[in-house]
Amino acid sequence: MTVAVVGAAECDLGHTGRSAQHLLAQAVRRALDDAGLRLCDVDGLATTSRLPATQLADQLGLCPSWTDSADAGAAVFERYVARAVQAIEAGQCAVAVLAYASDQRSARSRRLGGGYDRGTPEAQFEQPYLPLWPLSYYAMTARRYLHTYGLDRGDLARVAVAARARALANPAAFRHGAGPLTVDDVLAAPLVSSPLGTLDCCLVTDGGGAIVLTSLDRARHLPHPPVAVLGYGEAVTHAAMATPEDLLTTGVAASGARAFAHARREPADVDLIQLNDSFTVSVPLGLEQLGFCPPGSGAAWAGTPVNTTGGGLSYGHPGQLGVLLVIEAVRQLRGGCGPRQIPGARTALVHGTGGIGSSHATVILEAA
Amino acid sequence: MSIDTEIPVDEVTEPWWELTRQRRLAVQRCGVCGLAQLPPRLLCTGCGGDELELGAAGRRGIVDSYTVVHRAPAPDVAVPYTLARVRLVDGPILLTRLVGDFEPRCDQPVVLTWLPLPDGRALPAFTREL
Repeated sequence: MTVAVVGAAECDLGHTGRSAQHLLAQAVRRALDDAGLRLCDVDGLATTSRLPATQLADQLGLCPSWTDSADAGAAVFERYVARAVQAIEAGQCAVAVLAYASDQRSARSRRLGGGYDRGTPEAQFEQPYLPLWPLSYYAMTARRYLHTYGLDRGDLARVAVAARARALANPAAFRHGAGPLTVDDVLAAPLVSSPLGTLDCCLVTDGGGAIVLTSLDRARHLPHPPVAVLGYGEAVTHAAMATPEDLLTTGVAASGARAFAHARREPADVDLIQLNDSFTVSVPLGLEQLGFCPPGSGAAWAGTPVNTTGGGLSYGHPGQLGVLLVIEAVRQLRGGCGPRQIPGARTALVHGTGGIGSSHATVILEAA
Repeated sequence: MSIDTEIPVDEVTEPWWELTRQRRLAVQRCGVCGLAQLPPRLLCTGCGGDELELGAAGRRGIVDSYTVVHRAPAPDVAVPYTLARVRLVDGPILLTRLVGDFEPRCDQPVVLTWLPLPDGRALPAFTREL
């Protein structure tokens, strides 16, 4: 391991009334302040296809020697951690900033049906049936999950209840002041795409953040204890809802296994799991696919802490959660998360999932 | 059910769509490895071969999973409706709809029916096997 995360910060979260490009610049500034670095130190920059690095570089007055602006949904930031490590190791850049922001709540830009590009097969063979995108895919996964393991909606509801409990310990969470949630609350919420109801689905908020990476050598001279990138893995499995042979064998498994092998770690070594929870079913299925618990048992998981912020379900979800998953892992590994701090946390697994379970990337981080 | 009346086609998929005018469901079969696939592609996902031909598909399938949509994705769409992944006897899975008055379940056998489109084409859908 030669590269570390040295800066991490969120931009404003919730209903901010700000535009995405200014939230993005705010995130970059805060992450650099956290890292003890300046804008002029940055020569690597990655954002998403929604607000490409070219535009952010212009906004910040940078001429970077390494950029990326891929379209891989929420998995893109875990993938960027790997790309940034490779770019820094190869000497293509020295300080990489990975940034994301969305104003989707303020701008009311989220659409239930998503949007299919006319040139894709899905525009011909899936869009005509009017699936909610990505919701209906996760709903069918949830239905298959409940059917296979003889569970019911109440089992998934426990995931939302647990997420809310964690948000109550995080002052930054969108639902921090909302009070506890019960299984009955989740079951009584209106159905959106069965078996998922509104409280099985992530929030729609503004938000985002940025992280800063540089060499471990340089990291040792910066203000915070470095958080080293120990290993990573990726997987891409499908774009269409009809493609996967088995809804319960997801790309999480391959991506996670590659990251564990690369990092020479196993699930028992992990102190914190940061997992994309756009829908309740993603948490138990993800924990099972990562090898933390046997198939069908994840909804009752009470082991290694998961999504200590409250996650997409109760903390916030700006459309692409990936960068926020990394930020919380970094903070936990540094220590100092207040009431939600995991005592002695040393190793974190961060898994981002994009699209309809389409793209996956896993990163294993360790306090250096 | 409100459906986009201008479903796009391309040079590879157009023959498949034309067969729907005669209410014929086709799958694409590979002349090299024999794999059946949908939607039609330029290359076989089994072997990469390009000797692909459309052939008749069986009318039966099994519900892999389903979801009842309660929130309309657009203002003019009537809810609820039932989406499903149906595995054809030939192998490929379709995203489709379940129609008719029945309570769906996973692993249930279903049979092909058609939802007509204004331009004469039709969408394959499935209903309970009688």
